[in-house]
Amino acid sequence: MKDRKENHSLLIKNGRVIDPAAKIDALLDVLLRDGQVAEVAPPGKTRGTAHEKIEARGLVVAPGFLDIHVHLREPGQSYKESVASGTAAAAAGGFTSVCCMPNTQPVVDSADWVTWLQQPERGAVVNVFPIAAATKASKGGTLTDFRSLQRAGAVAITDDGKPILGDDIMRDALRLASEINLPVIQHAEDTRMTEHCSMNEGPTSFRLGLHGMKTIAEASVVERDVQLATQFAGARLHVAHLSTADALKAVRKGKRSKAHITCEVTPHHFTLTDADIRDYDANFKMNPPLRSQADREAMLAGLADGSIDAIATDHAPHAPQEKIIEFERAAFGITGLETAIGLSISQLHLGHKIPLPRIVELFTAGPARVIGLRGRGTLVRGSHADVTIFDPKKRWTYDASKSRSRSHNSPFDGWAMTGKVVATIVGGRVVYRGD
Amino acid sequence: MMKATRGSLLGIEHLEAGEILKILTLARRMNPQKPQTLLRGKKVLLLFYEASTRTRSSFEIAAKSLGAMTTLVLSSGSSIEKGESLLDTGYTLRGVGADVIVMRHPHAGAPHLMAQHLDIPVINAGDGMHEHPSQALLDAYTILRRKKTFKGLQIAIVGDIYHSRVARSNIHLLSKFGAKITLAGPPELLPETAATLAPGLHIVRTAEEAVRGADVVMVLRVQKERLAGMKISLQDYIARYQITLQRLKLAKKDALLMHPGPIIRGLELTWEVADCPQSMIVEEVRNGVIVRMAILARALGKAK
Ligand SMILES: [Zn+2]
Repeated sequence: MKDRKENHSLLIKNGRVIDPAAKIDALLDVLLRDGQVAEVAPPGKTRGTAHEKIEARGLVVAPGFLDIHVHLREPGQSYKESVASGTAAAAAGGFTSVCCMPNTQPVVDSADWVTWLQQPERGAVVNVFPIAAATKASKGGTLTDFRSLQRAGAVAITDDGKPILGDDIMRDALRLASEINLPVIQHAEDTRMTEHCSMNEGPTSFRLGLHGMKTIAEASVVERDVQLATQFAGARLHVAHLSTADALKAVRKGKRSKAHITCEVTPHHFTLTDADIRDYDANFKMNPPLRSQADREAMLAGLADGSIDAIATDHAPHAPQEKIIEFERAAFGITGLETAIGLSISQLHLGHKIPLPRIVELFTAGPARVIGLRGRGTLVRGSHADVTIFDPKKRWTYDASKSRSRSHNSPFDGWAMTGKVVATIVGGRVVYRGD
Repeated sequence: MMKATRGSLLGIEHLEAGEILKILTLARRMNPQKPQTLLRGKKVLLLFYEASTRTRSSFEIAAKSLGAMTTLVLSSGSSIEKGESLLDTGYTLRGVGADVIVMRHPHAGAPHLMAQHLDIPVINAGDGMHEHPSQALLDAYTILRRKKTFKGLQIAIVGDIYHSRVARSNIHLLSKFGAKITLAGPPELLPETAATLAPGLHIVRTAEEAVRGADVVMVLRVQKERLAGMKISLQDYIARYQITLQRLKLAKKDALLMHPGPIIRGLELTWEVADCPQSMIVEEVRNGVIVRMAILARALGKAK
């Protein structure tokens, strides 16, 4: 890999460069050399020649997108997804880096598995940053060895799929992680309140005869975590897949305190509501579930006003035998890597007038800040040569059967959207070229 | 709406009023006393993932009264127990020659999944807490035999509405025809959200308020196990919601008392109420066969 990066240069010409971290939104050329951003200059003004050129007139040239919530399913569940297939889907969705969740088989709770995920044999097409389990086997009992996990390359800890529920263990996790500047990512769900539930509680769950999750099951955990996080200087709490207005309120309150509180929202939570669940189609079943219209509107407001830090997909591939079954028995989760930018531009930009630079920030500077990934999420000179080029006006229709993911469980199959990835560049090399 | 083979009956919610009336009209011509050959040679598969006495025997007798063959498949003692998926079971039953599948399943939406993937009609005989359309149709049939029209009728539905597929189907059906429905039960068994199921629903927290002036009092079964762990005790439930002769007197003189069964005397209603002259409980069961004959005839395209 390394020597391929060297002595290679790529010039991206005449694009609209949007780099929110550097407060840039202008027509510029970007020169990538030896795996780094070498120069950003007005059209035609970069010095030196490039081996390869990309004409980006009419396109947006952004720092490489980061998805900080992806389930790559390895080790152990490669029938759903692998590092290779999942990162191929990521590249097609414009993501140059993904953070993968540890709820695999076995759970990624040791330095060995963290290392294993990053080995070249996995066949990753984009950068993979493992997130390790917070507790052994994510059972909520004993904390893992944060320091050794971090040394092996883990960028955060979480028990995602499950919450870190106990007050004492969450307090300890925040305290120990704060000592080494590691974010603690919480899947906020008080599972004592959501047993047997397969969707959000509301008129639709009542009509469908399904037990519904109350929004308080999410909000109460976020409120508690914010309380705990304020107790330790340097603690970093990140709320995964935030979905309710009440939980967002708690995050906003936390952000006003000294604590470092961040949160992410998925495209499906700002696009769909529980009323969209049709005919018991389990491709509309995920956790947290699709919420009410009021919750969706709160997410849209939070994305616009800056209280939400990142868009993350919670890409959760599942095999047909786990999805084309009774709704209540079906697995939670949907794929999302390939539809994120299309949904964001369609819903946020065209639908809700959120400016493109803010949307780019939610895919770049925002998530980079959440995880603390240095030299990513920006195109300032010397940054990693990760670039996403997209056409904000291109209309297209998503066909899940053509997904690069090994699984096709998307509620957006057949959806027309606007905004498509043209090229995904990782370390200065084009890893995906759109049509 | 979703793709399902013509003649399927998955729920009342998406059934048009005209379609409901057609089934009820057809039912009037059905008579289990006079064996018919309308469905001769047809194979009716009764697929039951849940124990059921009345619905199962009712569909079976309905099918046989029309000359069809019936085969009963229970989840216990079959390949289902070995982990076969719902759809694979469906494909197998289709393979052995089923012309229609009547299914009861503990999970809401299971018949919908089956109907989406099979090319034969699927009849929902109760799916989880969702719907029990044949019960609502037989209740409607029973009401129409005694009352001229649904329009303006005051209907009281009392009991565990949250867990009841019968309640959901009846609410959908009766509200389509302009009945005025009042629901009564404790908040744990009747959340405020229930009022969103159909337009014009009222929720009250005593049996009296619901029953007063009613033309029809529908009582739902309350499972003791469900009260365990709730704020309301069994005694409180009985004190507030049990239908007694005294409470029934608050309804119109010619009010009908209905219950989908199985009844638990002494819990949701008293012994005397179950046997009182206004009680339709036995008649509902009788009408159940007739209405299910109509449902099966319609499913197999014999609804002439
Ligand atoms: Zn999660």
